[in-house]
Amino acid sequence: MAEYSFYPGCTAHSTGLEYNLSLHAVAHALGIELKEIDDWNCCGGAAARSISNLLGLALPARNIAKAQECDLPLVIPCPGCFNATRRAQYALINDPEMRERLEEVVEFKYKPGLEIVSMHQVFLEPDVLDRLAESVNRPLRGLKIASYYGCALVRHPEIVQMGDYENPVFFDRLVELLGGEPIDWSYKTDCCGADLAMTHGKIAAEIADNIVAGAIEAGADCLMASCGLCQVNLDMRQTGKEQKKLPTFYFTELMGVALNLPKQSQWWGMHIVSPKPLLRATRLLRRGGRS
Amino acid sequence: MIPDTSFAAAVQERSGEKLAACYQCLKCTAGCPLSSHMDLKPNAILRMIQYGQRERVLKSHAIWFCVSCMTCGVRCPNDIDISVVMDTLREMAIEEGYAYAAEKRVVQLHEEFVRSVKLWGRLHEVTFYMAYMARSLDIIASIPSGLALMARGKLPFLPKRIKGGKQIKRLFKEAYKTKGQLEEEA
Repeated sequence: MAEYSFYPGCTAHSTGLEYNLSLHAVAHALGIELKEIDDWNCCGGAAARSISNLLGLALPARNIAKAQECDLPLVIPCPGCFNATRRAQYALINDPEMRERLEEVVEFKYKPGLEIVSMHQVFLEPDVLDRLAESVNRPLRGLKIASYYGCALVRHPEIVQMGDYENPVFFDRLVELLGGEPIDWSYKTDCCGADLAMTHGKIAAEIADNIVAGAIEAGADCLMASCGLCQVNLDMRQTGKEQKKLPTFYFTELMGVALNLPKQSQWWGMHIVSPKPLLRATRLLRRGGRS
Repeated sequence: MIPDTSFAAAVQERSGEKLAACYQCLKCTAGCPLSSHMDLKPNAILRMIQYGQRERVLKSHAIWFCVSCMTCGVRCPNDIDISVVMDTLREMAIEEGYAYAAEKRVVQLHEEFVRSVKLWGRLHEVTFYMAYMARSLDIIASIPSGLALMARGKLPFLPKRIKGGKQIKRLFKEAYKTKGQLEEEA
């Protein structure tokens, strides 16, 4: 049984609710225990760093202080939070002056060695992968999936250490394992523009439409994301004016489908562009009971 | 405009990025998802910093259109992380009273976001959206998306405060020590 300390992030109980529900369902099915860190705070998102560099580092540093008490690797499912927390850790490791400042502001002592990982890395651990491969009992046959990596998960490579940042393929490998068809496309690491969605909705819609157009052109019938901001932005801002709308899954939802986990319809009810017609067409919609 | 010769040195010092290494290859601007909407493109920002155009840079829309996607920084052949430069420019724009000049709403949104975090320790979307709408009067655009999310049970109505509220307040106080224009003083 693998154990991790867990930082949900603010979207876990709001815009990324179905991500949180599905990731816990999948983790449970694969025997992974996630222990929520006590009294965590918001990582500050893009707003804190836009206003003050110190604030943008100090907010996640407080979560690092909480996590290092647990002595377990820390998993952060939201790429935005993951990036902000890795940035703070990078500063704590590489900038002695900033470390001193952060230790003073947050009132803690940085203990080297805390491992901070993203959700997919937990599921791609070799032994978990074996278990996953054995547990796939509803392969995503016929589902053409464009994996959308976005910005925060892969950039800056020095900070997130996620390998290839121009053409990452780790989600595509996962799609293959789940029996789906990974789509090779050019927009996988393009920014979704979520930060401007509230103030400049038209620009965000234009960016979302471009990304969806790229996925359609490459032959995809859905997008797969891992971020509570990217997903809601792509799901909600694509206009469908000049093209069909594509449903946007969280990767944990598609894992849940492949593992045939219960309560999937609860997740689908939270989407703006319903994935149900596509799942029905590919015979992947779970039926019966209270599923 | 009169060049401010101290500007480039100040940005370089604060950001830690070697601005002089830029040879205007334009890779940053070519890859920027927002450059077509920017009044000053990323490469122009770097050049204008070197030219000492403090006011034009700090008053630009561009610095608030940057969404920190880091595409520019990872593609720069001279390893200039422009998103870090943008962070520095935003900080300076706030300190020197230029922040509301170009993109008032973006600044207000950021302010309301961090205010919510200061108040509750976590972001509470509903009160944050409402505070932003009240200040910016940017109402029509946000309501349909808010309602769509609410209908799907994705926006909890009541906020909850974390236990470490005092720690969060202290953290804000320290970070806001140098801030000039921000509406919310710690």
